[in-house]
Amino acid sequence: MTTAVDPVVAADPTAPVVTRRRRGGPWLAVLPPLVVGVAGLLLWETVVKVGRVAPYVLPAPSAIGEQFWLSREVVWRTGLASGENALIGLLAGAAVGLLAAMVAARFAFLGEVSIPVAAALNALPIIALAPILNNMFDSTSSVPRRLVVAIVVFFPVFVNALRGLREVDPIHRDLMASYAASGWTVTRLVRLPAALPFVFTGLRQASSLAVIAAVVAEYFGGLQNGLGSRITSAAANTAYPRAWAFVVGACVLGLVFYLVALLLERLVMPWRRV
Amino acid sequence: MTAVLLEGVSKVFNAGRADEVTALTAVDLTVERGEFVTLIGPSGCGKSTLLRLVGDLTQPSTGTVTVAGKPAATARADQEYGIAFQQAGLFEWRTVQRNVELPLELRGTSKRERRERAREMLDLVGLGDFAGHYPAQLSGGMQQRVAIARALAVHPPLLLMDEPFGALDEMTRERLQDELLRICASTGTSTIFVTHSIPEAVYLSDRVVVMSARPGRITEVVPIDLGPRTEATRQSPGFFTGITKVRRALRGEAVPAGATS
Repeated sequence: MTTAVDPVVAADPTAPVVTRRRRGGPWLAVLPPLVVGVAGLLLWETVVKVGRVAPYVLPAPSAIGEQFWLSREVVWRTGLASGENALIGLLAGAAVGLLAAMVAARFAFLGEVSIPVAAALNALPIIALAPILNNMFDSTSSVPRRLVVAIVVFFPVFVNALRGLREVDPIHRDLMASYAASGWTVTRLVRLPAALPFVFTGLRQASSLAVIAAVVAEYFGGLQNGLGSRITSAAANTAYPRAWAFVVGACVLGLVFYLVALLLERLVMPWRRV
Repeated sequence: MTAVLLEGVSKVFNAGRADEVTALTAVDLTVERGEFVTLIGPSGCGKSTLLRLVGDLTQPSTGTVTVAGKPAATARADQEYGIAFQQAGLFEWRTVQRNVELPLELRGTSKRERRERAREMLDLVGLGDFAGHYPAQLSGGMQQRVAIARALAVHPPLLLMDEPFGALDEMTRERLQDELLRICASTGTSTIFVTHSIPEAVYLSDRVVVMSARPGRITEVVPIDLGPRTEATRQSPGFFTGITKVRRALRGEAVPAGATS
């Protein structure tokens, strides 16, 4: 039996990272980045302290940590608000992206037409979009930020899903033809499951993007109850370590989204773990 | 009743273009019900194309293909045949069991019957213990056996096989050859089988269709009469006579009657 090399994964350049085999258990996988991270923080602290770097240039990690602890309740509250925006936008954008990809894959001419349209959509800078959307809705509305997230998320999900949906193994195509199956049956039984690794590659990219978009969208007005507003107001008040503390909060939020996407990927595709 | 009838069939790929290829020309072939016919020939002789034409996976440029008394397209829509290829082509997201169940599922077979039938077929190819595994956990040979089980699961009246045993070791290969013959005999299945192996062709077939390349065509049909296959068949003089006949036909030598003793 072959357990060493999974030919399917080996042949697939977009194979998700989760399929990589762990050697020596989870600790050996976690330890090196942990050591590098701690060493980096120590070096940062030393450089700031010894080099007397001004706090508006770069505050020491200890100062950021202190502020993070002092503002923990606000970080938690604003983080939840930003997280909610990112999640709702992510779900909406991913759902629309996936549906659009299914339709585009089903009808060949739509597939050809949709890629440039999607690329144009992706080239839209959210910076340009956020103020406009903010003016379209009430200042108490959460819709503009979520819309920004959904638009940002749409592209990676759509493009990856479409690529996966269009690549059907010729033997699978022949087999389904011999079973007299066609159209949506083939989409459901073959195209969709075969596209899942691609879809999750898109979702993993989108999960981090969603948090970035949710935070950054707040820089341009609208309802100010998320992490973004705290970063701008702290920076405006020259409270740089506090601004950084909220950046750390945004970073943790992005990481949570990414890890959840990774976990979901493993749960949904058990055959990739074997 | 004839299982498969090809009349004046030719297949030209990329017709009218610079890279035009005549894959098959002037093919006439009849496969009777319950008959086992093997297609053998050098690479590029169009034997796989011929198989795909019967399965309506590609359409002829001229001529007609009739399967079970119907046009090939209708026969495909009615799922009159099971097919296995050189590559297993399993669905990696389905367990071994559910891979075998898929064609049954698409025929609307009940869940209970699907499970029983898949079990039976997996036991037959010696993979009963691997029903819950995913294809990626199996070796290439094991995957191929799953694909064969999948093709057999629906008990199709016609079986199309494109070098299905090519990737298997000799032991497994011979065992599956015997199993295949047993199944075809007991269910009255007609089979068209593509192979590169002369002994395999002779052992399995009622008739060996010898083909040659450029352009792909049938050059000779060698009837084999070995009676019911047993352990002794592979050692029998008749078996070696058959091999010699097919080998000569492949070389393009005439086969005079009685010249092979």
